Amino acid sequence: MKTADATIEQQPPEPEEDIRPPVTQIGVIGWVRANLFNGWFNSVLTLVTLYGLGKIAPPFFRWAFIDSVWLTDGRACRAAAGACWSVVTSNFRFIIFGFYPYELHWRPLAAMLLLFALLFYSRDRKHWKKSLLYLWIGGLCIMGLLMRGGLLGLEPVESTRWGGLPLTLLLSVFGLTAAYPLGVLLALGRQSRLPGIRYLCIVYIEMIRGVPLISLLFMGSIIFPLFLPEGITINKILRAQVAIILFTAAYIAEVVRGGLQGMAKGQYEAAESMGLNYFLTMRLIILPQALKIIIPPTVSILISAFKDTSLVVIIALFDVLKTSQTVLSNPEWMGFSPEVYIFVAILYFLGCFSMSGYSRRLERELDTG
Amino acid sequence: MKRCKWSVVAVLTAVFLVAGMASAATLDEVRSRGHLIAGVNGGVFGFSMPNDKGTWEGLDVDTAKAIAAAVFGDASKVKYVALTAVQRLPALQSKEIDVLCRNTTQTLTRETTNGLNFVHVNYYDGQGFLIPKKLGVKSAKELGGATVCVLPGTTTELNAADYFRANKMEWKPVVIEQTSELNKAFFAGRCDCLTSDASQLAAQRSVAPNPNDYMILPEIISKEPLAPVVRHGDDQWYDIVNWTVMALIQAEEFGITSANVDEFLKSDNPGIKRFLGVTEGEGLGKALGLDEKWVYNIIKQVGNYGEIYERNVGPDTPLGLARGLNALWTEGGLMYAAPFR
Repeated sequence: MKTADATIEQQPPEPEEDIRPPVTQIGVIGWVRANLFNGWFNSVLTLVTLYGLGKIAPPFFRWAFIDSVWLTDGRACRAAAGACWSVVTSNFRFIIFGFYPYELHWRPLAAMLLLFALLFYSRDRKHWKKSLLYLWIGGLCIMGLLMRGGLLGLEPVESTRWGGLPLTLLLSVFGLTAAYPLGVLLALGRQSRLPGIRYLCIVYIEMIRGVPLISLLFMGSIIFPLFLPEGITINKILRAQVAIILFTAAYIAEVVRGGLQGMAKGQYEAAESMGLNYFLTMRLIILPQALKIIIPPTVSILISAFKDTSLVVIIALFDVLKTSQTVLSNPEWMGFSPEVYIFVAILYFLGCFSMSGYSRRLERELDTG
Repeated sequence: MKRCKWSVVAVLTAVFLVAGMASAATLDEVRSRGHLIAGVNGGVFGFSMPNDKGTWEGLDVDTAKAIAAAVFGDASKVKYVALTAVQRLPALQSKEIDVLCRNTTQTLTRETTNGLNFVHVNYYDGQGFLIPKKLGVKSAKELGGATVCVLPGTTTELNAADYFRANKMEWKPVVIEQTSELNKAFFAGRCDCLTSDASQLAAQRSVAPNPNDYMILPEIISKEPLAPVVRHGDDQWYDIVNWTVMALIQAEEFGITSANVDEFLKSDNPGIKRFLGVTEGEGLGKALGLDEKWVYNIIKQVGNYGEIYERNVGPDTPLGLARGLNALWTEGGLMYAAPFR
């Protein structure tokens, strides 16, 4: 429908009016017909699902919101018919901050806010410059100072007292950022023409991938200290952190290798014909393309690594899952596990969902299809 | 090839020699570090658990505080390391912690094969039964044919099996993995009784829809003496931890509490004067390598055993445990301290 008159073109609703399809094909009714009732099989499925939802959703809603109690003690909770969210609200600060000294909770809070601000700022690719790197280094120093203290009149707090959400974030953010470059290096090493490097990388990757993360954590926390000379102990958090990094790096390496193998041979040859050496070839030609096409699998590895940090529970590090479980062993709050676990699930969901949302956005912007 | 092997041997020997030389007396290490490192459980209410402000509380925690008070004169100089059941013994063996106060049962294997020493018991636990009152049973001997809710894979299950076999009774175990699920199943009536450590039964009873409908049977079917643990090979440190626990018990026997300990400093009783380090030249503290006021510091800052018990697990707490075996020997219990002289 081409119109010569520009003024009419600027009011689109009017020309479209006369070509609107019938009401049964657009809008809500059209959508429902097209998606839920297109054929007898899908109609039956829809009805069964709706019936199931009708059975489950209203009681859940009633339990979670109408009959629930929010700000009482444990005794009142036992009398209530619905959910006892008080278990979360009354222990909120312990669940979030763990053993960090009570009156100093503002410090981990400030560190976490700073981390979120930095992450939010780094979302935009326009900010990906050298200055961002300095910003992160500065930010990490401030976060470390806030958590550790000992300078500028801040009271020192030992890392053994770190816990809760800051610990989860620390293990994941550092684990993921350190594992990624290590994984890329391992992938390059596995492709190397030097047999020494190649076999070293293969052995490393296959050994790590051959055992579960739990066994690495156990090794780090139980077996490793027995081999150290007496009197030397290595921080428990550091040991877990290293185990997580080593583990995640092996998985990232295999994903990156997939990306490298997906590159057309012509790319390598083109780079060679330009006279680029190995490092320049990788840095300028191969990696930028390879890393771009592997964004989806990389992000799913990062997401599962983020969730895997909760395994540190088994070596008694008080991450946010462990602090929540601890609350449940207090007789006052014993038995309110659904509420606490729902709360922790929401925390993890927020983290994972924002990661996958961001990866989708990156894919769109980089147009990897 | 041969040379390679020998050099490996040499390096390993060197490492072990260095490691051997580096071991210093635990007391000196603790002193130079400036705080005691105690391994605790972290998830057992009344024994060691953080409160809603993240501060450690419990009977085991107070025992660790008493050791710090004896060594430093300051009960707050303790760092707690939460340990799981598998971690606890290696953590002590690898010197990650100085002492383990984590409701650990004293057994022969642990003292020999694992190279550990248990000091004086700070809590006598044992396995018991929780039943609904409407069952009308007054003794565990009447539980023949009962279905029993029990956690799997622990000594609890084995102890129960032993008990029923020894008394020639039939039983049907209902094994459920999680404590919370176990409780739910029991209160929903899936089993006639629930078995667990007596110190835990009270907490489990307290979460019942109506706790007064349930009762704990008087029989205790297993022995679980829970004691602080130290490494083999440092007798001075063993003595300090051992006599710290005994001092807590002895103070209760003397009737010395954190409130009245200052009055007892003026006591004429020679035993009490020696105990509190008032008498010049007796040197009980010196013999242990501690300050002469070590007992005074413990009692003043932490309290005697009775106070610790009442505060953490006693009748006025949610656990509501009667003293039972943990009463003083003068009151029919097992808490008995050797003479301080």
